[in-house]
Amino acid sequence: MSEIEFRDAIKQALDEELARDERVVFFGEDVAAAGGVFAVTGGLQEAHGPRRVFDTPISELAIAGAAFGAAVTGLRPVVEIMFGDFLHLPMDSLVNQSAKYWFISNEQASVPLVVRSAVGAGGRFGAIHSQMPVPWFQGVPGIKIVCPATPRDAKGLLKAAIRDDNPVLFLEHKRLYSMKGPAGEPGEVLPIGKAEVVRPGDDLTIATAMKSVHDALAAAEELQGDGVSAEVVDLKTLRPLDLATVRESVVRTNRLLVVEEGPHTGGWSGAVLGQLAEDALEHLDDVWRLTTADAPIPYSPPLEDAFLPTAERIVASVRERLGLAAPSNPVTSTV
Amino acid sequence: MSRNKRAVAEAVARGDREPEPLELYRQMLLIRRFEEAVQRLFQRGEVHGTTHLYSGQEAGAVGVCSVLREGDRVAGTYRGHGHALALGVDPQALMDELLGRATGVCAGRAGSMNIVDLAHGLIGCFGIVGGSIAAATGAALALERQGLDNVAVAFFGEGTANQAYFAECLNFAQVLRLPVVFVCENNRYMEFTPIEDVTAGSIRARAEVLGLLATTVDGMDVRAVRAAAATAVEHARSGAGPAFVETLTYRFVGHSRSDPGHYRKPGELDEMLERDPLKIARAWLLDSGEASEEELDAAEAWAAARIDEVTERALAAPFPAPDAGAREYKESFAA
Repeated sequence: MSEIEFRDAIKQALDEELARDERVVFFGEDVAAAGGVFAVTGGLQEAHGPRRVFDTPISELAIAGAAFGAAVTGLRPVVEIMFGDFLHLPMDSLVNQSAKYWFISNEQASVPLVVRSAVGAGGRFGAIHSQMPVPWFQGVPGIKIVCPATPRDAKGLLKAAIRDDNPVLFLEHKRLYSMKGPAGEPGEVLPIGKAEVVRPGDDLTIATAMKSVHDALAAAEELQGDGVSAEVVDLKTLRPLDLATVRESVVRTNRLLVVEEGPHTGGWSGAVLGQLAEDALEHLDDVWRLTTADAPIPYSPPLEDAFLPTAERIVASVRERLGLAAPSNPVTSTV
Repeated sequence: MSRNKRAVAEAVARGDREPEPLELYRQMLLIRRFEEAVQRLFQRGEVHGTTHLYSGQEAGAVGVCSVLREGDRVAGTYRGHGHALALGVDPQALMDELLGRATGVCAGRAGSMNIVDLAHGLIGCFGIVGGSIAAATGAALALERQGLDNVAVAFFGEGTANQAYFAECLNFAQVLRLPVVFVCENNRYMEFTPIEDVTAGSIRARAEVLGLLATTVDGMDVRAVRAAAATAVEHARSGAGPAFVETLTYRFVGHSRSDPGHYRKPGELDEMLERDPLKIARAWLLDSGEASEEELDAAEAWAAARIDEVTERALAAPFPAPDAGAREYKESFAA
């Protein structure tokens, strides 16, 4: 199977959906002529014309608001909010307009729009260009939150997001843009709201998303040397959460670690644990979370590295929880 | 649009007939009687939460909507009953909605501040200040990109001029040359605060400096509003870009149900009641010979009887079943 870079997978999804459906338009800051600050969207304006792919002012509220108004008037807009940290600026439109419209209009019209945004830490961008905005939207009914970890999923899930009739927040982890991985089948559309067991195991389930999936896989490999068989679940969508897949896993492994790149308080990992405690308490021998601290993300490389839930921290956390001694060769992250 | 109103609009579009002047008066009367009924029903505990009445501002919605065509879109505010009725939304469905009944225009899901009726071109009434501006901007984007000969209209209060939606969307619409008309209903008070106490400079100048066609008009005179709106809508419809109309108006009631209006300047309300848009229109119709005393009296009797009937039926309408579906997402996918 051929390999593809994460950023190219996203561009292909946009390119294919723009070609497939004339109602799709794409706009945002620096996305058209300049091709995007993360070099994801170059060439789309040349391919599809300036009426369908265009640059906007630095006006996040207008971008999201215009996308909402256009979505209820016959278009299927995809917009880019450059950094996830800027998502509070258009939040009124996303939360009070797009997320609620289908319901409060008594289902007169849905709001088919996609908001793409680059998220996550590890790039030395500091406290306000590295955040994970999921918790801000986690409690908003009506929005879907899609969080791919691989190029194949990025493409197949973005195509699904564009075809979905509901507003979708599509989050792209900055540390994944340059990652290569197997491409999916041509034209593949993957289901939103489905998690996947990406590594089978017997002793422990690690549920996570985005870059942390790769850290969890590296940690699971390392833990194999300790005689611990860790199953890794890639959640892929954080609203709605596919808790059935996680439950099916922990019923077999009886232990659950949820790894969330984001603050300990108020995050989605707590929602996963809470729901499984309600639904599957009798199957749980142990549950815990590995998150970032309740503190802003630091800039300096050693500070930021120590802040994040890396493969090393996952391994150390599992060893501590399971009462295992640490071996001499620590693992390193693959991404 | 009602059949009658559509016929009038089409006639105007063909340029062969002005709308019946008496019809403008009838619409304003219907709104006034409707709002009076809402006030009474609120005091009886039949309208819930809060509500914002349009009494005194009728010439704005009626004048502007009288120049619109089939396919045009309108975004109103939380003071939106007048916007809805001027577009031809069924007063029964609107009143049923305010009373939380299953037969309401949004089946009781929306309430006073959030009315949606796409069949009549009403994208929505928006409960957040400025939301209407974004919705109309986006609708205009869709209409323009679809190659339609239609415009979108945003109604909003003068307090919105100090809000991000205003600054961002007027610029956004102008750089994209979108067919949108921004109608600023200046009723002098930003909720309980005189607008001049919290606003630097002139509101219209903020539109002018961006290059929008901008005008200020007597918002108590439906003829003046209609003339200004016709110019603005024609500008937008011709592809020349957005236009801005400030209507100088006054609300005869408090901002919302909890507001006794203590902030009004002494004598101001009495002075403005002399400029009641219904009085002005009645005098104009009589003086110009457009309508006789008998016709005007008949119009008043019709409006009063219509709203009495609406009120009676609304009070008898069924409430929604408590389990009447709170589905989060539309379960469908674009073909």
